[in-house]
Amino acid sequence: MVLSRRFFVDQRSILPLLSAHELSVSKRDRLLFSKINLSVSAGDLMYIKGPNGAGKTSLLRVLTGLVSPEEGLVTYREQDIVKFRDVFHQKLLYFGHALGVNRSLNALENLHYWCSQHGVHPVETEIYTVLGKLGLVGLEDVTVNHLSAGQQRRVALARFWLKTSADVWILDEPFTALDVQGIALLNKRIVEHLQQGGCVVMTSHQALDVNYPTKELVLEYRI
Amino acid sequence: MWKWLHPYAKTQNAYELCRRLQPWFVITALITFVVGMVWGLAFAPADYQQGDSFRIIYIHVPSAILSMGAYSAMAIAAFIGLVWQVRTAFMAMIALAPIGAVVTFIALFTGAAWGKPMWGTWWVWDARLTSELILLFLYLGVISLYASFEDKHQAGKAAGVMAIVGVVNLPIIHFSVEWWNTLHQGASITKFDKPSVAPEMLWPLLISILGLALVMAAIFIRRLQNEILRRELNRPWVQTLVSTAREK
Amino acid sequence: MRDSLNAIFRRDLALAYRQRSELMQPMMFFILVISLFPLGIGPNPEILQKVGPGVIWVAAILSSLLGMERLFKDDFNDGSLEQIMLSATPLPMVVLVKVFAHWLTSIVPLLILSPLLALFLNLTEDMYWALLCTLLLGTPLLSLVGAIAVGLTLGLNRGGVLLALLLLPVFIPLLIFATAAVEAASLQLPYNAQLAIIGAMLLISLAMAPFAIAYALRVSQN
Repeated sequence: MVLSRRFFVDQRSILPLLSAHELSVSKRDRLLFSKINLSVSAGDLMYIKGPNGAGKTSLLRVLTGLVSPEEGLVTYREQDIVKFRDVFHQKLLYFGHALGVNRSLNALENLHYWCSQHGVHPVETEIYTVLGKLGLVGLEDVTVNHLSAGQQRRVALARFWLKTSADVWILDEPFTALDVQGIALLNKRIVEHLQQGGCVVMTSHQALDVNYPTKELVLEYRI
Repeated sequence: MWKWLHPYAKTQNAYELCRRLQPWFVITALITFVVGMVWGLAFAPADYQQGDSFRIIYIHVPSAILSMGAYSAMAIAAFIGLVWQVRTAFMAMIALAPIGAVVTFIALFTGAAWGKPMWGTWWVWDARLTSELILLFLYLGVISLYASFEDKHQAGKAAGVMAIVGVVNLPIIHFSVEWWNTLHQGASITKFDKPSVAPEMLWPLLISILGLALVMAAIFIRRLQNEILRRELNRPWVQTLVSTAREK
Repeated sequence: MRDSLNAIFRRDLALAYRQRSELMQPMMFFILVISLFPLGIGPNPEILQKVGPGVIWVAAILSSLLGMERLFKDDFNDGSLEQIMLSATPLPMVVLVKVFAHWLTSIVPLLILSPLLALFLNLTEDMYWALLCTLLLGTPLLSLVGAIAVGLTLGLNRGGVLLALLLLPVFIPLLIFATAAVEAASLQLPYNAQLAIIGAMLLISLAMAPFAIAYALRVSQN
């Protein structure tokens, strides 16, 4: 597969989209990592590796701005994400361990709610197209409680097709509980997003099965 | 920016400062506290109405005043921590909390003990005593909130918010309890309604207050040192500190 | 922004409706506690009238504490909270809307029940109106201040008892002024002053609590 390299020479992509400067994060008074630098530009796929407890999730949460680092700062297009929180969050899509899908509501209600929170206003047919892609047609008005773990994740995955304005994707173990088809679908979407000039920072226990150049950051477990 | 450039220096500096101040505070605290107590409990004249039992004010009044003072200091530390994100401030806050709680308890206990000869019963829902009791609850709330978290940095922030909520509420509580008391008891005896105290009683009282404040400060400094060491155990400077101490 | 706040409000109402059996529990607790008092201190109508306002208010505070944990717990556990925090909607506004929705669904039913309880405890009509006024002004205050502590204890597994420990001392002034207003009403005295004080406390908390709650929620994400 030959990938378009257009975005690597684009002037815009020379500025990093998301970068971290000298990040130190500790949890329960244990220093997880210190003085980490990273930067991802348009079209970059960054892969964060490391054993359990090395702080992969913590690093991702710091990059989203949910957790403030002990030292250092994170910037989006060279702007501090704490100061320009709103600007950054409009362009961010975070997919964490917890799905953010309410179990007492159905898929459609969950998606409508999420979209209105994130300033996305899709047409009804758009939502149905996405649900069709994810194999959720016919299940859209079943409360999420009654769906299987994989189907619940698919409800949350719909966001990747709905919030098209996001250029930074931060994904924490996105493939958990997905079947082969689901994984293929998500892989395809990730590559599509990268080719459209987005960037992805992710962790995964599964090897990423895409033909795309990746950057890697390895965290070590520290006592 | 300063914080960014000098990340580790802060707690270390605070520790050093405490270490240097510690002996001075211990000495002055011991002297003033002993002078205040001996003067008040042994040499000051007895009250013409209450006899010797009034001497408990040399413990009760200082602890009552300083229990409020310690809570305010705690809230100020919490405020500094929350606004300027100073880790040391949270440590100072939590180092102070148990001291304040103990002093509040002393104020309550001596108040009750004083009530026995005055009112003939150990506990009366007197406005001041009730306020002190609520203050004790506020202290215990902050301490137990802090203790419930495993991540002590998070714990400091949470307890800090609660301390500030408490301090905003403190004047309202004080006012409401006072008002409630007058509403329900009419003209009851309040213990300390005459501000004009004879100078031979006032001086030992002032010295007792200063003495207790210094004792609390000395204990606080020690506790803050311990708290810093416990929290920063993995930092290089603590490691070297420990190893040099071992060599000695 | 209005659009997204609207969506939160509608969602919380829908959720409350679907979990209505859970909402009933604090209400039943409220009635139960109040019916324990005549059993405990005897059915003498005069005594009941005397302790009535205090009993109703203490029961209201306790049962509002019971329902309080629902406020953010589900959203925290399933990750909805972090998704809200990663949207452009200002968090203090979000929590204000959520607290209002919570008040509407779990406290207003208590207010609707209050005439029944006034009957149980032999309150006069004047006392009942005073009670209703204090409940109307005082319970939003309970929700607002309570939400701060709910946010703070969110990350803890067992926050229930701790929540009560943190909040009960803070609610004492409200209890004092509210019961004093009802007592004044029983003596045919004006109680505007007490209501004004409760109203002032409500306004202060309305101005400050949303920021404190938002901060507490951010702390919970660490």
